[in-house]
Amino acid sequence: MAPPAQSSRYPSPSQPSGKGEVSDLRLQLRQLAGSRAPGVDDSKRELFKKVISYMTIGIDVSSLFGEMVMCSVTPDIVLKKMCYLYVGNYAKVNPDLALLTINFLQRDCKDQDPMIRGLALRSLSSLRVANLVEYLVGPLGSGLKDNNAYVRTVAVMGAVKLYHISASTCIDADFPATLKHLMLNDSDSQVVVNCLFALQEIWNSESSKSEEATREKEGLISKPFIYYLLNRLREFNEWGQCLVLELVAKYVPSDTNENFDIMNLLEDRLQHANGAVVLATIKVFLQLTLSMADVHQEVYERIKAPLLTLVSSGSPEQSYAVLSHLHLLVMRAPYIFASDYKHFYCQYNEPSYVKKLKLEMLTAVANESNTYEIVTELCEYAANVDVPIARESIRAVGKIALQQYDVNAIVDRLLQFLEMEKDYVTAEALVLVKDLLRKYPQWSHDCIAVVGNISSKNVQEPKAKAALIWMLGEYAQDMDDAPYILESLVENWEEDAPEVRLHLLTAIMKCFFRRPPETQKALGIALAAGVADFHQDVHDRALFYYRLLQYDVSSAERVVNPPKQAVSVFADTQSNEIKDRIFDEFNSLSVVYQKPSYMFTDKDHRGPFEFSDEIGNLTVGVESEHEVPATSVDANETSDLLLSTTEKEETRAMVANGSDYTAPLYDSSSRALPSQGQSELAITSLLGTSDPGPQASMAIDDLLMGLDLTAPPAPASAPPSLKLNARAALDAGSFQRKWRELPVAISQECELSSQGAAALTSAQALLQHMQGNSIQCIASGGQSPNFKFFFFAQKAEEPSVFLVECKINTSTAKAQLNIKAEDQSTSHEFSALFQSALSRFGMS
Amino acid sequence: MISQFFVLSQRGDNIVFRDYRGDVQKGSAEIFFRKVKFWKDDGEEEAPPVFNVDGVNYFHVKVVGLLFVATTRVNMSPSLVLELLQRIARVIKDYLGILNEDSIRKNFVLVYELLDEVIDFGYVQTTSTEVLKSYVFNEPIVIDAARLQPLNPASMFMQGTKRMPGTAVTKSVVANDPGGRKREEIFVDIIEKISVTFSSSGYILTSEIDGTIQMKSYLSGNPEIRLALNEDLAIGTSDYRSSSGSGSVILDDCNFHESVRLDSFDIDRTLSLVPPDGEFPVMNYRMTQEFKPPFRINTLIEEAGSLRAEVILKISAEFPSNITANTIIVQMPLPKYTARATFELEAGAVGQTTDFKESTKRLEWGLKKISGGSEHTLRAKLTFSQELHGNITKEAGPVSLTFTIPMYNVSKLQVKYLQIAKKSSSYNPYRWVRYVTQANSYVARI
Repeated sequence: MAPPAQSSRYPSPSQPSGKGEVSDLRLQLRQLAGSRAPGVDDSKRELFKKVISYMTIGIDVSSLFGEMVMCSVTPDIVLKKMCYLYVGNYAKVNPDLALLTINFLQRDCKDQDPMIRGLALRSLSSLRVANLVEYLVGPLGSGLKDNNAYVRTVAVMGAVKLYHISASTCIDADFPATLKHLMLNDSDSQVVVNCLFALQEIWNSESSKSEEATREKEGLISKPFIYYLLNRLREFNEWGQCLVLELVAKYVPSDTNENFDIMNLLEDRLQHANGAVVLATIKVFLQLTLSMADVHQEVYERIKAPLLTLVSSGSPEQSYAVLSHLHLLVMRAPYIFASDYKHFYCQYNEPSYVKKLKLEMLTAVANESNTYEIVTELCEYAANVDVPIARESIRAVGKIALQQYDVNAIVDRLLQFLEMEKDYVTAEALVLVKDLLRKYPQWSHDCIAVVGNISSKNVQEPKAKAALIWMLGEYAQDMDDAPYILESLVENWEEDAPEVRLHLLTAIMKCFFRRPPETQKALGIALAAGVADFHQDVHDRALFYYRLLQYDVSSAERVVNPPKQAVSVFADTQSNEIKDRIFDEFNSLSVVYQKPSYMFTDKDHRGPFEFSDEIGNLTVGVESEHEVPATSVDANETSDLLLSTTEKEETRAMVANGSDYTAPLYDSSSRALPSQGQSELAITSLLGTSDPGPQASMAIDDLLMGLDLTAPPAPASAPPSLKLNARAALDAGSFQRKWRELPVAISQECELSSQGAAALTSAQALLQHMQGNSIQCIASGGQSPNFKFFFFAQKAEEPSVFLVECKINTSTAKAQLNIKAEDQSTSHEFSALFQSALSRFGMS
Repeated sequence: MISQFFVLSQRGDNIVFRDYRGDVQKGSAEIFFRKVKFWKDDGEEEAPPVFNVDGVNYFHVKVVGLLFVATTRVNMSPSLVLELLQRIARVIKDYLGILNEDSIRKNFVLVYELLDEVIDFGYVQTTSTEVLKSYVFNEPIVIDAARLQPLNPASMFMQGTKRMPGTAVTKSVVANDPGGRKREEIFVDIIEKISVTFSSSGYILTSEIDGTIQMKSYLSGNPEIRLALNEDLAIGTSDYRSSSGSGSVILDDCNFHESVRLDSFDIDRTLSLVPPDGEFPVMNYRMTQEFKPPFRINTLIEEAGSLRAEVILKISAEFPSNITANTIIVQMPLPKYTARATFELEAGAVGQTTDFKESTKRLEWGLKKISGGSEHTLRAKLTFSQELHGNITKEAGPVSLTFTIPMYNVSKLQVKYLQIAKKSSSYNPYRWVRYVTQANSYVARI
């Protein structure tokens, strides 16, 4: 309903306040209130409609409250419903009025007609006024026991509403237990579904305070309960089925037979016309088969057809939602979809958000057998009237070229783009040819011949111009007029973007080393212009080159133009960990946004069963495009999200220091990491980047500790007396600060139970467990068998915190702990508590 | 869970607004509308159906020019919410008979009544028109269909690019006929949207049929219905070899409404169901088996000097002569530097229009009717504002076609019979089985 109170508070000058009309209505209502004349209900209906329409357009009709309630003493359900609508709207903003309605609603809650009982109860529980909860408990209690299913469904929702107004009232009235009983026994499927909604919400919120709620919440994914729901699945309507399936996806069967039983039972759900049911079913299938590689692949094959059917039926919006999921699966396993590439061809009338997804899918599925056709199709789009899509298409061709071994034909196509004489086509193609040359230097001859024909005057976009300049510098010896083109470009120094000027400086340097006499003049002009440049980076680079040349020309050449190796793989824009998280959140917004939920939801809204950690605070902007410089050979595929933060910050730091040439430094840091066979060490980024020296040494220390297994295993039990705050909160910034400031209090190794080690298949599992023990995780990473976590905890009575760095190797079932504490005296107690929590992992 | 649901007009007016959870600010409708409206300015494209602004997720679907929107702060299933929005639109249409801004405004109390039962505290309860009947008491104020739809009858097939054409039935499920008695009738529509891409040499690059069997029942007492399809119908490519060879209909895949029982589907291709009230798809299917495209398009571009060219478009209708296609629109983007276009229709052309859209540089050729077996030609003389360079075919095209062909379907899928369980010997409701073929993306490259 539109906000009436608000608009009455700020009456807009153009809108009549409706005062005259309102008093007119009041009179008419009063006349009808006591009347028993035939047809009076019809006149009342007309009046009520008028009142409500005023209310919707924002006229304040709250002054009619008394009259409205009086007129509603009638068996006419249409009138009652309108009155409830009215009451519900004003009670929120006017608690005094709400009190007036209580009587009226409470009486209706005992009406003979179950419809009226239900409606009154819904209105009563929707009042959302804190001081009225005492009047709500009674009607809700009897509503939950009502013999009519409609009243019960309303009452169940009423209980959650009560929980939101006053959690303690709801818990004290023991409603959760009543709901649980209904959920397990009610004959009406909608009552069961509503109970499940309600209990998920209540227990999810209670679980941070009470262990019992945590247990109950876990009980929802226990075998008996899941089987109960599965057995009743056909009774539920499609929306209820979605809810149940979402729950089943969380369930971990004890053996593979169970896996197959569940999948067999659910297979026909894949033929449902409702896309939400199909996607929820697919999620179950994918989750159930995660550890069975061959079956997992069969699942992909099985779900292909239903997904494609959903994409092509229904509204464009629905197909988009399904297509996003198909996109995710294609990106995970392109080879399975290689033969279906024609389904990913764009249709001319599709919205561009659909086309973009399809282009990415086409790029992903391209292989030896279909590349020719895909590239031919993409070339058609390059001439498209839709310019953004045309650009994307050209980029797609380029990406395919970069991922193929046989690029012969593609290079020809790209070169044809250059000859198309459309500015944006040329611009995109230039960037691609540049990337292509970095990977396949052997093509330089063919490309350079074509690139040489492009007039630099026709290239305006900075990225494209920079690419062209890079090629001029890189292949100065093969292009006769390279020095002269560069010289002409220098003349327009002021007009170009800083990005272009930087490239121009470097290109002229490279050209100079190869053809000094021809370039000397241009170099002089460029360095002079560069040193005088207002842009800090340009200025610094020019000065750096100048001094380098002054020092020694041959050293300068070694620095500026060292021999290069071809780039074998360009860095992925998204880390594997992020991709896995999105996959775990299949059938949610994460897939559409292509971001894990922590990046776009706040902690309270991640929905039931999505356990969170605070890693999100550390990784702002990770998803942005990030390209590894040319000299960084063998981009690290496994780089996780923390790593990319490090890189970014380092890059930034370098730029600030005035050198854009980050490659060598950059290279060494990213190469040191993969050499450990895992990428987790980059977690040092947590410790801040202000002081790179100690950081680097610390990474090495960490390494040594990882090898040093001599520390004695600590006693794993002994109930500790230390109490922790279950809802401790700490942001990433404070964590980093404290971690830097505090000394290591305890550093030791402990053991995991063998069950725990086996259960630790993903970092997520342990996070949930530790959270249950009031220990929160702020960052985590790693893949089996090596995981690394940063935890924190807070004392229950005081704000003193504990910080833990925990490295676990699941193959040896050992954990290495570094504990820091603000209150050193309790660090041993905390350590014991932490270890006992850790040792219980996997035992339940 | 859904926080809010609202319906906005094309101008951004709030027609319906319901807040279920109170955890999203009241101004969300304005925030949403501004975002959608200015999306184009930001990225030159239309807003996706789902986006996030300041932690609030906005979902929307466009139905008959109205925006149906839901908001939530929770990470929900986008499919679920978008499907729900579509269903809400359908339920409202079932009740009001006609769905548009005027009918919603006239019946807003009824709409709120529906919304209260469809969603409670943000949780979906039911979207079944049938179930809702027992909770909803307002009677719809039926608006005059003819007055409100000045567009030609086929226009309802043109709403949105991919929208399923609605049946022409505009009767509310709850309103009674003027005579007070409801007419017993059932409508079954087989609607096929076809996508074809021809290469520049006229060879078929891709083709697909997306079909729906849509049902709308006005039968009282919910009798059971049996719907028999072609007996040689095969599903999935694995069935391909076992099927009886040519002539049979092979679907790639299909899905069914939840009311459909498939007990005897594998044996005799019969669907049985007790149709709920309101309009719903019984079955959706998808087919990539080759079929004969209803239209062939021939494009010829001849350069005449450096500032002129002539485009000759020829379309031939390759379906039986007793069938007639409606509202055919042929479109072709012309080179950006086209200044003028003059058209020449064939002699004796009736019901044809031509237009050069200056702003989009697009040629548009409309034909009211094309009967099977006929051929039509358009000649367009183009004048350019700058000299031609390069290949003109890279600057123009592709040619796209939209059309509707009633009583014709390309897949050859058929409803062989529609059996209604008899209540008495005199019970003989009206049965309407209708076929329609529509272009989804029908493109010829040049």
